[in-house]
Formats: sequence, structure tokens, C-alpha cells
Amino acid sequence: MAQIEVKKLNLSYGDFHALIDIDLSIETRMITAMIGPSGCGKSTLLRVFNRMNDLIEGVNITGQVLIEGNDILNHKADLIVLRKEVGMVFQRPNPFPLSIYDNITFGPRVHGTKNKKILDEIVRTSLEDVLLWDELKDKLHRSALRLSLEQQQRLCIARLTAVKPKILLMDEPCSALDPVATQNIEELFNKLKNEYTIVIVTHNMQQAARISQRAGFMLLGELVEFGDTRRIFTAPADKRTEDYITGRFG
Amino acid sequence: MERHFDEELKGLNEKLLKMASLVEEMISASIRSLIDRNTGMAEDVIKSDDKVNMLEIEIDEESLKLLALHQPAASDLRFITSAMKINNDLERMGDLAVNIAERSVDLIKQPQLKPLIDIPQMAKITQQMVHDSLTAFINKDSELARQVCRRDDEVDKLNEQVFRELLTYMMEGPKNITRAVDLILVAKHLERIADHATNISEDVVYYVQGTMIKHHIEEKKKQ
Ligand SMILES: Nc1ncnc2c1ncn2[C@@H]1O[C@H](COP(=O)(O)OP(=O)(O)OP(=O)(O)O)[C@@H](O)[C@H]1O
Ligand SMILES: [Mg+2]
Repeated sequence: MAQIEVKKLNLSYGDFHALIDIDLSIETRMITAMIGPSGCGKSTLLRVFNRMNDLIEGVNITGQVLIEGNDILNHKADLIVLRKEVGMVFQRPNPFPLSIYDNITFGPRVHGTKNKKILDEIVRTSLEDVLLWDELKDKLHRSALRLSLEQQQRLCIARLTAVKPKILLMDEPCSALDPVATQNIEELFNKLKNEYTIVIVTHNMQQAARISQRAGFMLLGELVEFGDTRRIFTAPADKRTEDYITGRFG
Repeated sequence: MERHFDEELKGLNEKLLKMASLVEEMISASIRSLIDRNTGMAEDVIKSDDKVNMLEIEIDEESLKLLALHQPAASDLRFITSAMKINNDLERMGDLAVNIAERSVDLIKQPQLKPLIDIPQMAKITQQMVHDSLTAFINKDSELARQVCRRDDEVDKLNEQVFRELLTYMMEGPKNITRAVDLILVAKHLERIADHATNISEDVVYYVQGTMIKHHIEEKKKQ
């Protein structure tokens, strides 16, 4: 079953029509990559999935976005629950200026977990999720800001998995990282997709080709083409997709 | 938009076309040497083999370099992978032309067993298939490529016919056997050349349309 079902989604910032008639079905426990030139609406689309656009003034959204059958655009949707189910990782790692331990337990505490034993367990499993446990198990009370960028990005992912979401949204999660760190994070995604549905926005087309099972190409607010990643990168159906991924765009 | 990469793709394409015309020439000369009983022409074909082998290696290295450096996608990727496969088929076709020329050298040393009818006919269809498969590649013409694939059966049938006829010659007298076997081999080599032309055509369809038609995979997937 599809994890996210988007039907005739339109979004405008005031007069500017940023997403146009988007229809899309994102499958469970797969990595879906969104590619497209700067300003085509990738981040905007991603932000719709956990309603981060609500914070922006003058935004108007129509259409439906069903997550497990519930329309999250509905005004009655519970944002606290939604953001627990749908976590977002950003371009630059943004750990809280707290200890590693407190970064991870922050979410569970907000959602009412107080028991120290349970919290300890969450810290361990979440760090294991992102393959940081062995490195950090003796340094849990150090400041998260002292970690390397790659470790910080992993920690930000662990902070999300600590509240057991279903969907992880990633907006250019590797763009601040060097090639080796990028490769390590890509390996991590491959492992995470066994448990989570991942939607990733990336400017790195090779990355999209390497890690995703589904890919979508966006242009000027439209979803031009969406489908199996292997097909998109070997035999795209739309001329505009072809031009973009072969670098003829412009 | 013209890319620097396009220049390099053009270079690869030119090398491949050079290889293709050399191999076409070899096939045609190998058959002509047999029909005209011209040993010199057969020997020229045998000598060309080195050139084809060199070109094959060059094209292979060039393709690998482009794959590694540019990490191409979509039609660029399909072009390079098809070029690599076509290169391989061409090299095998060159070898088969050499094999035909070798049979020709042996056959010319002896009196003619029988007037050649089916073999020249087979050669004509095969050469046309080779030519069309390469034209299809140059013009990105998947319809022509599909037509080539359909003609493979004709060649197979002629090959069978040649074999049966020569078998009767062999049964007539042991002194006919060597020459009959040589001619059977010539037909067999032609039939293999037609198979390679079919392979090339299948690669052209993939290159142009992005769909696999090898081994009737489309129909099998539907079932
Ligand atoms: N808060 C906003 N107010 C007005 N316009 C906005 C706002 N946010 C984004 N836009 C516009 O909407 C369009 C889509 O922006 P978005 O950030 O989704 O693009 P993007 O595909 O993520 O681009 P990039 O690859 O550069 O990150 C752009 O033209 C942008 O200028
Ligand atoms: Mg963006």
C-alpha cells in the first residue's frame, strides 16, 4: 500500500503558484528521490508532508495528501502526532545545543516518556539505528555540537527514529558532507529503508540513482515524470527529464 | 544545449562506424573471394583481422573511460552500452569473415564441387541484414532494426537447405567430403554473422526506445 497518496495538490505562496496539480503515490519502505532544478518546488513538496508550510504566511494549499488514509491537510489533523510520524532531516545538521543523550530523548520526553530506563534504551537503539552506538556509548553526555558533521547528521536522524516515525523526509541531507561521509550516510539510508519510508530531495543525480527505488522529476512546480528509478535514469519517457538528467538542460 | 560530452560521444561513434565499415568490407570480400575464386582477396581479409582487433580494444577502452568519467544516464548511457555490445558483435563478425576467407583459400585449391547458388543467396541476405542493422544504428531507426530481426529466419532456412544439399554430395563419394564440409562451414559462418546482425538490431531498439527485445523478453514479461 502507498504510504503517502497525493491527489491534485496545488500550493501557492501568495500569487506565486509553486506546486501545480501534483499526483503522486509514495510507497512504503522504499526510498523515493525527488530531483529537479533549483526553485522547482522540491522542498515545498517535502514540507507539505509534515505541514511545515503552515508556518509561512500567505500559503494556500488545495488537494489531498493522504498518509495511511488520513488527509493531513484537514484542519483537524493533529500536528503533534503528524510531526512524530513524519520526521524531517535538513541540509545542515541542526542538533540542539544539548548533550547527545538529551538530543535523542528530547522527542520521547515531549511525547510523555519519563522513565529513565526506557529513555536509556531509546538512546541505545536510536544510536544503533544510525550506527553511532559503538563510537558514542561512552560519550553520551558530551555536547552534540562537538561531533563531526557526519556524526551530527546521523544524530539528527537518530533524534527522529527515537520517536519511531513512519516516514523520514530528507532535504539535501548530504550537501554539507564530504564524499566519504556522503557515502556512509547513503549506506545508512539503505539500512533505514527496511524500517522507514524515505523521501529524499537531492541535487546530486548520481545519489538519487544510487539510493532510490522511485524517482520523480519536477520542473516549474510540476511533477513531470515519476516512476521506477532504474527506468527514469536509463529510459525516461519525457524529453524534459532526459534533458535534465543528461545535463542538456538550460 | 551542446555539451563537451557530446564531442566525446561523437568520437566514439566515429570509431564504431569505422569498425563497422571495415567489417562490412571484410564480409563482402570473403564471399567474393569464394565466388570469384580469388586467393589474394581472401588473404587480404585474413590480414585485416589485426586491425579489427585493435579497433575493438580502442572502442572498449574509450567506452569504459566515458562511463567512468561522466557517469552518463538515459540515452547517453544507452548509447555507450549499445556501442560496447555492437563493438563486440562486430569483432566476432570480423572473425567469421576471416573463417570464411580461410575456407575459401582451401576451396580454391581444388576444383569446384558444384555451382554456388544458395550460399551467394544467403550471403546477399546476410550482408543486407548487416548493412541495415548498422544503418538503423546510425539513423536511430528502430523500425528498420525490428525488420532485420524478422529476417533471421530466412537465413536459418537457407543454411539448413545448404546443409541438406551438401550432405547428398558427401554421400555420393568420399572425395567430395572435404569440399562439402568447407562449404557447410561457410554457410554456418554466414548464419552466425546474421545472428550478430540480429543482436546489433536488438541493441539498436534498446538504444532508441529504451525497451529490451532480446530473447523476446517483452512477450515473456507480459505472460
Ligand atoms: N516562503 C516563500 N515565499 C514565497 N515564495 C517561496 C517561498 N518559499 C519558496 N518559494 C518559491 O517557490 C519556488 C519553489 O521553492 P522550493 O524551495 O520548494 O524549491 P526547491 O526545488 O527546493 O529549490 P532548491 O533546489 O533551490 O532548494 C521557488 O520559486 C521559490 O522562490
Ligand atoms: Mg530546496
